[in-house]
Amino acid sequence: MIRPDYLLFDRTSQAIINNFPKKAVQRMLDFDHVAGRELPSVACIVYPSSVGLEKFFFGSAEILIPVVKTIAEATDQFPDADVFIDFASYRSAYYSAREALENEHIRTVVIIAEGIAERRTRELIKLAHDRDKWLIGPSTVGGVSAGAFRIGDSGGAMECMIASQLHRPGHVGLVTKSGGLSSECYNLIANHTDGIFEGIAIGGDLYPGSSFADHLSRMNRNPEIKMLVCLGEVGGSGEYEIIEAIKDGRITKPVVAWVTGSCASLFTTEVQFGHAGAKSGVESESSQAKNAAMKAAGVIVPHSFDDFGDRIKEVFDELKAEGNIPDVVDIAPHELPEEFAKMTKAGKVRRASSIVCTISDDRGEEATYNKIPISQFVSESKGIGSVIGHLWFKKELPAEISGFIEKVLVLTADHGPAVSGAHNAIVTARAGKDLISSLVSGLLTIGPRFGGALDEAAQYFADALDRGISPEVFIKEMKDKGIPIPGIGHRIKSTKNPDTRVTLVKEYAAKHFKKTPTLNYALQVEQLTTAKKSNLILNVDGVIAACFVDILRYSGVFTPAEANEYIEIGILNGLFALGRSIGLIGHILDQKRLKQGLYRHAWDDIAYI
Amino acid sequence: MAHKKIREYDAKRILANYLKEKSSEFQFEPHLLHVDADTALSGKEKQSPWVTQTKLVAKPDQLIKRRGKHGLLGINLDWAAAKAWIAERTDKTVTLDEVTDTLNTFLVEPFVPHEQENEHYIAITTSKKGDEILFCHEGGVDVGDVDAKAKRLFVPIETQTTPDEVVKKLLSDISATDKALLAQFICELYTFFVDTNCAFLEINPLVFVDGKVFPLDLAIQLDDTGVGESGKYWGEIEFPSPFGRTLSAEEKHVEELDSKTGASLKLTVLNQNGRVWTMVAGGGASVIYADTVVDLGAGPELANYGEYSGNPNEEFTYEYARTILDLMTRHQDARGKVLLIGGGIANFTDVAKTFKGIIKTLKEFQVKIREHDIRIFVRRGGPNYQEGLANMKKLGAEINIPIEVYGPETHMTYIVRAALKGEHR
Repeated sequence: MIRPDYLLFDRTSQAIINNFPKKAVQRMLDFDHVAGRELPSVACIVYPSSVGLEKFFFGSAEILIPVVKTIAEATDQFPDADVFIDFASYRSAYYSAREALENEHIRTVVIIAEGIAERRTRELIKLAHDRDKWLIGPSTVGGVSAGAFRIGDSGGAMECMIASQLHRPGHVGLVTKSGGLSSECYNLIANHTDGIFEGIAIGGDLYPGSSFADHLSRMNRNPEIKMLVCLGEVGGSGEYEIIEAIKDGRITKPVVAWVTGSCASLFTTEVQFGHAGAKSGVESESSQAKNAAMKAAGVIVPHSFDDFGDRIKEVFDELKAEGNIPDVVDIAPHELPEEFAKMTKAGKVRRASSIVCTISDDRGEEATYNKIPISQFVSESKGIGSVIGHLWFKKELPAEISGFIEKVLVLTADHGPAVSGAHNAIVTARAGKDLISSLVSGLLTIGPRFGGALDEAAQYFADALDRGISPEVFIKEMKDKGIPIPGIGHRIKSTKNPDTRVTLVKEYAAKHFKKTPTLNYALQVEQLTTAKKSNLILNVDGVIAACFVDILRYSGVFTPAEANEYIEIGILNGLFALGRSIGLIGHILDQKRLKQGLYRHAWDDIAYI
Repeated sequence: MAHKKIREYDAKRILANYLKEKSSEFQFEPHLLHVDADTALSGKEKQSPWVTQTKLVAKPDQLIKRRGKHGLLGINLDWAAAKAWIAERTDKTVTLDEVTDTLNTFLVEPFVPHEQENEHYIAITTSKKGDEILFCHEGGVDVGDVDAKAKRLFVPIETQTTPDEVVKKLLSDISATDKALLAQFICELYTFFVDTNCAFLEINPLVFVDGKVFPLDLAIQLDDTGVGESGKYWGEIEFPSPFGRTLSAEEKHVEELDSKTGASLKLTVLNQNGRVWTMVAGGGASVIYADTVVDLGAGPELANYGEYSGNPNEEFTYEYARTILDLMTRHQDARGKVLLIGGGIANFTDVAKTFKGIIKTLKEFQVKIREHDIRIFVRRGGPNYQEGLANMKKLGAEINIPIEVYGPETHMTYIVRAALKGEHR
């Protein structure tokens, strides 16, 4: 696509974006939509670390923009994209900009980064000059070609852009140094004329890639641009180049210009203003000197920024009255669909959510457990029992309960390699599977026969107690059903050889719990069963289950409804799975450490029938 | 992000180390003693024995121009005299060319006896298309109008100069015996200039005796954006503020904040008793607000120049606003004060977000704001400006403080006129 030499951007211009400024790309595409462009202004993105296709909105539709690895690849695929917008950091922008300037397809390079060494910028300027290319920036936001093309973030919020008539071309050419003030000037010009045709911010560095004079003379050649506006600032000599351009006839259209920084006279020492190039100290570079020199050269210079707009209006009105400015075709901007997130924030839309969560939140500054920042658990030395309280029960549990939970985790953490869970985990680990697969394999064995006794014991004891049946009746009922009572019986331990773990839990309950009816009931059951056989003791599962029912029902922390719900949901299995995971992981690590090979069950241990 | 002047001590240190690293013929020992408020002079002769082995020069090292003319050069002193010379001047407030500041940093170096005819002048400057080497065979305090007198050699960007070219363009007035060596030194000096990302260099006088080079007075400005490439040559370096611009604690605080964020925060206090305070977003807009205050005749009342930009987060705008409000509410003025919270139409700075920090500050200072009869004027546009402005309006009613709020429909500097003329009081 051949464009006139004075036109850097039009409605078919496409850019290659370097680096991945997602928001800026979306803003460019939003502008395209509002201005009614058919072709997205972004052809592709150069970003080696996420090569592929990236989804963006184009109006309300979604489009895919290719992300490629190198600049050469980008121009191979999109040889017509002649604008290169470099969002790379100041550390690497020199190299990418250099490569882009050396690429035959690219005509205009924009560098956004601030902080590129001046010597490097000057090298780029020379390269651009030698190759007859345009370099805009560094240290700029870019610019806007009204109704045609937006560079990155230029122009600000879309409503401001529309208010400044940037969705359709006017007849004023604007060049500013400051990117921040460019939007202000678009607005100012829209309020006093029919709007800009094109606006460029050359950037705040001492050596901008292209100068005021470069752009103003270019715009001077554009028949659509009828007058020029320029906003300069103290420091640098770019404004004197404008005067030269006027003198040698490169600029012939009326220029309204203002150089800011007259306040520098207030400072007794040199001042470095916001932009690198804005430094006072040299008399000829003061705003007063530059404004006076431009005025002398025929530039229309206002009294101050206050009447800048008035002078612009006068010139415009005069040109208009002389019939030099055609009426602008007022095109309504295409409406941009609202961002869902923004509308939600404003309370203007609602949508039923697919997932509901009441226990934690990761959206704020810090993730929370049950509305409490995680750091608070650490700073207040809350243990894992307290965390379980908040995430499982949504309550701050009293110390005796969280302490009990922690004891349960300790007691259930492991039970040797022979139990089915550990065995499965070991077999899986030895088959070369990873830690998580091995752990899950072990956990999957937890059920009615392994570990599940906890939940069942709790349910049976609670139910028997609720029905008010005596332990004798309960034992008979179970016998009639042919179900061994969960939580009763041990392979080795007996009345004569009591299980220390059980003793400890009983002591804890006696010391800390207000009431222990379930435990008492279970102990009555144990008395009857041990009378029959000495190893039919209340085992560790049974004692934990009974105590837990007592906690749920009689600690005063839970409502009766909650208590029954938790017994029903099977919260105790949760405790077992959590505690036992510790042991399972231990076994898996152990096997891996020992470099144990594939497990194969011995033939002689299998009855082949 | 700009040209930064450095102390003569650092300039000489960097040059000496550079020449040493490059095994230059023109190496000189960096016999330099930096003296500031923290330096105990007694005992220094143990660390730097050369101070007792040679005659010395003592001079303030605070970016002061024409020290010789101001009588601030102690020449041909022994160590005891040098110490006395420094002690006599330490913490003295002096006014030089209408700028007043306190002397607190000095440089001691060996005295180099030489003839006037051995004093030359050399400078290197930058421009868009290249660098220029200026040379005068007559240097020294009375060098005069260098621009008119100096011979010039332009070195286009990305090129080097050669001794032949230097001889031809710069050294026609130098004796034939010295030409070759001096040309070689100038070429090396230019390479130094490029490699260390200098933006300006001046040696006056440059003393050249018996094939040896002594940069008696060396001034350098570094392009601080070159730190990535040249930091290894610079070593640990400070960029002192110009003579007459000692940073106040508040200005230092803002400078520190600025260094901690990718955004930009700047503060210069012009007149702490001034009645017009500004808190303006944007490097460009902030200058225009200050201009307008001056233009409307309130220059002497302008208390500060400053800006915040680049989308600083709430914490930083809060800290920044606090610093200004704190300064602003120290001195009572019966006529009341104004605070201009101005700005243009932002490109990507979230107005509502940056205003949050400012609003927090205003809430915190509400009692003082009322006590000091401070009127607040706000003008801003850009992303989320409606929310930001609405929050400001709400705040005014909530804390009972007059806050006038304007958006992009109002001319950017209108609030300056409104505040100063009291049109809307």
